[in-house]
Amino acid sequence: MSAAQRQALPERLTAFVQALRANALRVGPAETVDAAQVLAVLGLADRERLREGLAAALLRAHGQRAVFDATFDLYFPSRVGEPEATRQSADPTVEELREQLAAALAAGDSAAMAQLAAGAVGALGAFGQAPGAGGWSAHQTLDRLRPQILLARVLAALREGRGEARPSELTERIEPDEIRRRIEAFRALVATEARRRSAELRGTEEIARRAVAPSVDQIDFLFAGREQLAELRRAVRPLSRKLATRLAARRRRAARGQLDVRRTVRRSLGTGGVPLRPAYRRRHPQRPELVLLCDVSSSVAGFSDFTMLLVQALREEFSRVRVFAFVNRVDEVTDLLGPGAGDPGTLARRILAEATVLGYHPYSDYGSALGEFQQRYRDVVGPRSSVLILGDARNNNRDPNLPALRQLARQARRVHWLNPEQPSYWSTGDSAALAYAGVVPMHPCRNARQLGELITRLLPL
Amino acid sequence: MDEQRETGFFDSVEEVTARLAEVGYLASTAVATTVFLADRLGKPLLVEGPAGVGKTELAKAVAAVAGARLVRLQCYEGVDESRALYEWNHAKQLLRITAGREEGWEQARTDIFSEEFLLPRPLLTAIRGSEPTVLLIDETDKADVEVEGLLLEVLSDFQVTVPELGTITAERRPFVLLTSNASRELSEALRRRCLFLHLDFPDPELEVRIVRSRVPGLDQVLAESVVKVVGALRAMELRKAPSVAETIDWARTLLALGADTLDDAVVRRSLGVILKHQEDLRRAAEKLTLA
Repeated sequence: MSAAQRQALPERLTAFVQALRANALRVGPAETVDAAQVLAVLGLADRERLREGLAAALLRAHGQRAVFDATFDLYFPSRVGEPEATRQSADPTVEELREQLAAALAAGDSAAMAQLAAGAVGALGAFGQAPGAGGWSAHQTLDRLRPQILLARVLAALREGRGEARPSELTERIEPDEIRRRIEAFRALVATEARRRSAELRGTEEIARRAVAPSVDQIDFLFAGREQLAELRRAVRPLSRKLATRLAARRRRAARGQLDVRRTVRRSLGTGGVPLRPAYRRRHPQRPELVLLCDVSSSVAGFSDFTMLLVQALREEFSRVRVFAFVNRVDEVTDLLGPGAGDPGTLARRILAEATVLGYHPYSDYGSALGEFQQRYRDVVGPRSSVLILGDARNNNRDPNLPALRQLARQARRVHWLNPEQPSYWSTGDSAALAYAGVVPMHPCRNARQLGELITRLLPL
Repeated sequence: MDEQRETGFFDSVEEVTARLAEVGYLASTAVATTVFLADRLGKPLLVEGPAGVGKTELAKAVAAVAGARLVRLQCYEGVDESRALYEWNHAKQLLRITAGREEGWEQARTDIFSEEFLLPRPLLTAIRGSEPTVLLIDETDKADVEVEGLLLEVLSDFQVTVPELGTITAERRPFVLLTSNASRELSEALRRRCLFLHLDFPDPELEVRIVRSRVPGLDQVLAESVVKVVGALRAMELRKAPSVAETIDWARTLLALGADTLDDAVVRRSLGVILKHQEDLRRAAEKLTLA
């Protein structure tokens, strides 16, 4: 750290905080002051300590950590320019890099992995010609290096290195998974390094704004990749517990009841007009019924994954939940979601395999699904049921069958529609969302955060 | 200002690491750094994370190395002011009133609301003492929202207001550690008063060291295998991921069984030590393909 850079520390810290805010982390001035104190106490000597210290001062939830780390790497880079080690050796070939990476993976040597990530981005990740016009791409680096093909090589190296002293068959069986996790970690390192070097080219602020992935609970359901889905799933699980405590609190409050003046006065006649025994208006406990209608077609795959998770959570909370899945035909899947139903990924597949949700074509058809629901399951929905419909309302230009939805809305206590698309898309293409939204309230529900908020607001006691 | 704010247990991050290790708590960089900052900045430390990663242990370890007394407030649904802060000793007050029948009301009134009749609960206890203190507010998320309001005053100014006595301010700041399993979202205001630490399962290397320091008889290779299998279990989506304490229990069990390698039979026999749900056991056996 040079003297000039040190001088600019307060500015850098505020810029860092700004970047965090730009990525939707709520960081107030009080946190910034704390962070400045942390900076003063810890100094810049140890970067990992600084990272942890600033995280402690600026973050309020673990879901924000990924965004924080990526932004931290940009504003407090581990080094500037090209790393020392790669500058000396001539451009390494892809095969050399792979060789070194395999060794580092086998040893689980994170320092070597970080250095190789830097080297790989330098050797394989540059695109464009003139400095300033091009940039550094993690995608391109990984595409050329293909670290995933190293798995077999790493495993063989491990086995060989061990020689006679084999720990056990079991440990060897779980080793591939562990190496896969290490490879994932390496990919993340490459992404960080590419971002850092792009930031040097094009200015930290712009990269921080564009290249840092959103925090977990803000990942769009419809655009989530496989890894993001796994991460989201972990984020949703505590949600169900949160939901349980919040609902329990609401029920407790609702159970208290109000003073019934008429009956209290009447009772007080027995004690000469002194209201010794107040009477309360007691609410008759109603058993809330929940009916879920879920689109499980592939266009909303990410979303329906979560719906399934949530449904499992709701089942524990509500005594009567009935779940129906549809693509263009509708079928009850309540039993498939019973305890021990397995993880949501396989669950979605099981529903497609075991329930009749597909007719003669594989496209969503809300109109015929609603119609069939009215025909086959008319008795399921009564004046005490709340109905949640989950889907994007993309009807492939078929008849939306609004009368069926109107009928459903009349029968049920209330009907809500959760739509994973943002409202500005509701009127586009084959979406029948606006037509349906005219009949029942429709809410945009694009990420785990919105889902959590909506569910607690909409659910009956 | 800083002189009175800091609790003054530690001088550097290195010292935190070294001294915690002396009492058997192997701290990661994150843990050592945040503990040091909480000490130096005089701010409460909110520790979140899955069950069994050593959140409560951390408070105990800090108390042990600092030679401080540990005051613990265990939160639960329904914990209230009289459990957390203070209570008047009504029985004793009644006795006092009966004993002094002759005196006037004025005198009795000033008398029965004095320190003598005050029953301090954890928060007041932690604030009143002049000796070094670690205040552990355990499972904060279990308490109702109202209690958080109570904590706000205590944690921002380290003072407690008893209407009859006035405001009691800490002579010496306690080191405060709050734990939470995130089953309920803590309020923004409370979070803002704290430094935040997400304590996760330790990385494999650290966990091996922890296991070996707790189970000295275990050899390195077996410890590594144990940690590896536990790591694989945590990567599965189980209802309850095995905690560090359970890793240690398992290591002890293996030692007791006289196992020197982890083969399928041994694992199948002892998996119940770390997995507590039938469903988890089934899934683990399936994924680890135990014959």
